[in-house]
Amino acid sequence: MDVMKKVPIKEQDPKVRATNFEEVCLGYSKEEAMEEASRCLNCKNPLCVQGCPVSIHIPDFISKVKEGDFEAAYHIINESSSLPAVCGRVCPQETQCEGKCVRGIKGEAVSIGKLERFVADWAFENNVHPSLNVEKNGKKVAVIGSGPSGLSCAGDLAKLGYDVTVFEALHEFGGVLVYGIPEFRLPKERVVAKEIENVKALGVKFENNVIIGKSVTIDELMEKENFDAVFIGSGAGLPKFMGIPGENASGVFSANEYLTRSNLMKAFDEKSSTPIMIGKKTVVVGGGNVAMDAARTALRLGSEVYIVYRRSEAELPARVEEVHHAKEEGIIFNLLTNPVEILEDENGWVKGIKCIKMELGEPDASGRRRPVEVPGSEFVIDCDVVIMSLGTSPNPLISSTTKGLEINGRKCIIAQENGATTKDGVYAGGDAVTGAATVILAMGAGRAAAAGIHEYLSK
Amino acid sequence: MYKILEAKELAANIHEWVVEAPRVANNCEPGQFVIVRSHADGERIPLTICDYDREKGTITIVVQIIGEATYRMTSLKAGDYFHDFVGPLGRPSEFVEEDIESLKNKKILFVAGGLGTAPVYPQVKWLHEHGVAADVIVGAKTKDLLIMEKEMSEVAGTLYITTDDGSYGRSGMVTKVIEDLYAEGKKYDVCVTIGPMIMMKFVCLLTKKLDLHTIVSMNPIMVDGTGMCGACRLKVGDEIKFACVDGPEFDGHLVDFDGAMKRQLMYKTKEGRAYLAAKEGDTHHGGCGQCGGNE
Repeated sequence: MDVMKKVPIKEQDPKVRATNFEEVCLGYSKEEAMEEASRCLNCKNPLCVQGCPVSIHIPDFISKVKEGDFEAAYHIINESSSLPAVCGRVCPQETQCEGKCVRGIKGEAVSIGKLERFVADWAFENNVHPSLNVEKNGKKVAVIGSGPSGLSCAGDLAKLGYDVTVFEALHEFGGVLVYGIPEFRLPKERVVAKEIENVKALGVKFENNVIIGKSVTIDELMEKENFDAVFIGSGAGLPKFMGIPGENASGVFSANEYLTRSNLMKAFDEKSSTPIMIGKKTVVVGGGNVAMDAARTALRLGSEVYIVYRRSEAELPARVEEVHHAKEEGIIFNLLTNPVEILEDENGWVKGIKCIKMELGEPDASGRRRPVEVPGSEFVIDCDVVIMSLGTSPNPLISSTTKGLEINGRKCIIAQENGATTKDGVYAGGDAVTGAATVILAMGAGRAAAAGIHEYLSK
Repeated sequence: MYKILEAKELAANIHEWVVEAPRVANNCEPGQFVIVRSHADGERIPLTICDYDREKGTITIVVQIIGEATYRMTSLKAGDYFHDFVGPLGRPSEFVEEDIESLKNKKILFVAGGLGTAPVYPQVKWLHEHGVAADVIVGAKTKDLLIMEKEMSEVAGTLYITTDDGSYGRSGMVTKVIEDLYAEGKKYDVCVTIGPMIMMKFVCLLTKKLDLHTIVSMNPIMVDGTGMCGACRLKVGDEIKFACVDGPEFDGHLVDFDGAMKRQLMYKTKEGRAYLAAKEGDTHHGGCGQCGGNE
């Protein structure tokens, strides 16, 4: 074994997986996990922990994996994270824990994410659940949204003895974990549903089909239903469009719609009664993780898929692993290209997308070089489906119906580090506060808010 | 799970359910809608609220059986449950926020077509309960497809019924009734029209000529109903609006009906096939040579 390199992980062959919705990464075996764990240097001052938004005791759990005591490893992770099977799969470890790993200086970082995933999956298979011996303190907290921030906040509060109810607007629990991230990256039954079962096992109640701001307001929850505090983890669900001509043509979708149809409504499954448009040639506009998810979903449904992104490969916001997987599967990248118009046929169906070539100019406010149009370089890509994946913003349903809850210019709820908003007893975190970000940052915010709420209710 | 207290067929292929949904009943207003799923693997179906009872905690929905998803709903009887029932969604009708006294001075005309009669009902009823008498035109293809006549007559100022084939009430389209009423010297300050998109389009073309402010209720394709998917986007004036959160009611003179009707057709072929498969089971093999079967 070469200690400088990660123990390789098994993946489905790109040609095979491009035609199915099974998980791409197959995970480590016990032996592989223990071998990979032995690469950890168990640093006295572990930088990886600093890189983790929820501060998992990484060297501690890895040393248990090395010993083969996976149950102990699971309980160590669970002290800090309510969703290890999810995080082990979708966290951008390369810029967090693994990005700080000392092994990474001369060789490859320890596969912390894959080890976390291994431990969590092992716990599912062996019926090991988070341990709970807490006395209820009789105080009620409402958690709005059952996505990553809500689940982690609810889990932490339950462990502290609170009577927690999670409200979800959709019919299924999990938020972006069920409607956004596809099955092939994050299996719903095998992983997400089980993580939620674990949160339920902590005594957390779940109520679906409740739209806060419509079915009931935050003020009503606090005044009529006697909740002592509220956490808002409603995410960033509103899709953006470009505002170019033809965007309302039949066959143009937001990535949110395309992914919700496939993931939440299971349209990829022939038995589902929810329809989805399967293009012959699909163009996905955007370069983030959601764009990769939409592109790889369209590919699996049977379409030829092109990604159109206005900057260059170096600026792609998606995780390197996702871009790599997308390319392996045969998705074609049209970089430094920006759509200017969607062309429709006489019946209003998409028949192509007119794009213009871009070049990189001076850096803009984000520090990335600003893409500038190359005059006269317009060209048309023939296609019958266009998926717009330009980012999302928080839903104003809650902020517009809650007096005293202030938002900023980007419709994000204003909150402090501990989640406290401008309204007494109301906390917020995750994408609803930051705008679209990652699962783990949302979980970190959920944890911070749980601590904030605990402090507030302990006064 | 949401218990069904009553279920009945109002007319051929038009069904009504009264469903226990206390959170929705507690906060809904006329003009808003719900999304229901009949079964654990069912489609999310947006439906305008047709009546509500805050005390009993119930919502009434009226559904036309037009596809696989609605066809599956017909198996649900009193005592059964809807798997999911969420709302109220969308914004209430404008008049709910208006000053009652000024409403009383307004001449309001409702124009309902077919199934649109059902969502018009709670609006007329609300006005009636607040002392405002609104005139109502109800149009149906034929006498047998007319629904809620008795209920509507109890809350409407004057109720005008018309059938396309003249089998009941006046004869002709709802637009003809509007024209006739204006010819008789009637005048209105505001019109609310709910029905098939093509009907709302022609009502709007007429009321524009009559300089009559007109509100329409749009029911486009949608998935979540909370602003997440954007499937229900439509052009209103120069803006793109989401029917689920910005509507479902809009200024009818600004709505791009032609664009909306094109988008409405997006899944028609797939839905049609699924409906046939659900109704006919394995017997549908595309033998008609027209539809392509289950390809």
